[in-house]
Amino acid sequence: MINKNIASIPEAIADIHDGATVMVGGFGETGSPIELIHALIDQGAKDLTVINNNTGSGHVGLAALIENRRVAKMICSYPRSANSTVFPDLFSKGEIELELVPQGTLAERIRAGGAGVPAFFTATSVGTPLADGKEERHFEGRDYVMERWLKADFALIKCKAADRYGNLVYNKTARNFAPIMATAAATTIVQTEKFVDLGDLDPEAVATPGLFVDRIIEVPNPQLESVLVKEGKHYP
Amino acid sequence: MSTQDFIGWSRDQMAARVAKDIPNGAYVNLGIGIPELIVQHVPDGTEVIYHTENGLLGMGPSPTPDELDPELINAGKKPVTAIPGAAYFHHADSFTMIRGGHIDICVLGAMQVAENGDLANWSTGGDKAIPAVGGAMDLVAGAKKIYVITQHCTKHGVPKLMKECTFPLTGRKVVKRIYTELAVIDVAEDGLHLIELAPGISFDYVKDRTDCALIDNTA
Repeated sequence: MINKNIASIPEAIADIHDGATVMVGGFGETGSPIELIHALIDQGAKDLTVINNNTGSGHVGLAALIENRRVAKMICSYPRSANSTVFPDLFSKGEIELELVPQGTLAERIRAGGAGVPAFFTATSVGTPLADGKEERHFEGRDYVMERWLKADFALIKCKAADRYGNLVYNKTARNFAPIMATAAATTIVQTEKFVDLGDLDPEAVATPGLFVDRIIEVPNPQLESVLVKEGKHYP
Repeated sequence: MSTQDFIGWSRDQMAARVAKDIPNGAYVNLGIGIPELIVQHVPDGTEVIYHTENGLLGMGPSPTPDELDPELINAGKKPVTAIPGAAYFHHADSFTMIRGGHIDICVLGAMQVAENGDLANWSTGGDKAIPAVGGAMDLVAGAKKIYVITQHCTKHGVPKLMKECTFPLTGRKVVKRIYTELAVIDVAEDGLHLIELAPGISFDYVKDRTDCALIDNTA
């Protein structure tokens, strides 16, 4: 019998190793798998390369992972946002690496990684400092730069409901990067608000088909990053 | 020259002027700040669909406390609503809409615009600033029409329209039209064409505050 449901969060993330590349879902707090991130802090893996649109806020979730010095490099499009001080402080001291990627290029590189496409050309960033050092080509009257795929050892994502095959549905704009990250990671680990029976998810509505998912853990009432930040919480 | 508290169009009047150029049925992406005001000025009977790049087509107004859902936000990470007929999608699909040329109009703010349509709006290039770009470079490279809405000069009175941008570019030759508190200006092959003046503003007044050639095309 196929059953991707894992009994405990520590078990689900136990094999994330030092030096791993980890995609973390979420656009700001929306879609951020905060319980999985906190478990990763407890687990202790370090020298991670983390791929996320942002760098977290306050001292919880992704910001806490960075603050606890587990992240060697961030690949993201927008590393500063409201209540975001941890990454900017470390970056200005030269203690963490940043690869800045336009948001759509970031998404497309992840999709390419999931689709087995090692490189592609895009008009985004042509003529800007973010195109420096990249191969340029001219197609049908326009300049394009070459971008490489992004793949990861692990993806940590959040969804609304999952079944034991790993089929996933999301909630509103919390979907953001999760479906493409699930395709681009060797091992995709999902926290779901609800674990449902096979057949309960409408096949027409499934946003991530189960073959992209490896492990599922039910977290019925996930914490909200903004609430923890407002309360001044630090993790751990 | 006499000094006034208020010269030309207000922010709301600028937004209303942009709204006049958005046709019925347009798919539109609005940047953060003044561009967000445009929504309030689209006339009744004109149906516009708003795209927000974090994954929603059919963005509605801010939620009431009852409607608020932290998992329903816009690209500025503020809570929004979804109109009847809205659709959610993942980031690669959202940027397919942008990069694939399916968004009709994108309205953005600017730090600098060059006479050839180059736009700088993401970085001042300072060593100490943490660089952050978001979706700006994708929007300017992909949307069918890029409109800029901005104050004509910086807070310090330095012209934002110039021969060549000195800040790092967001995109090369991307801006089609510029709306400021003083005028509406088109970017054409031969440079900037002033097509409309705010009430009480003269062509020479705008020209004096523009750091490149400006062609009077108001006639």
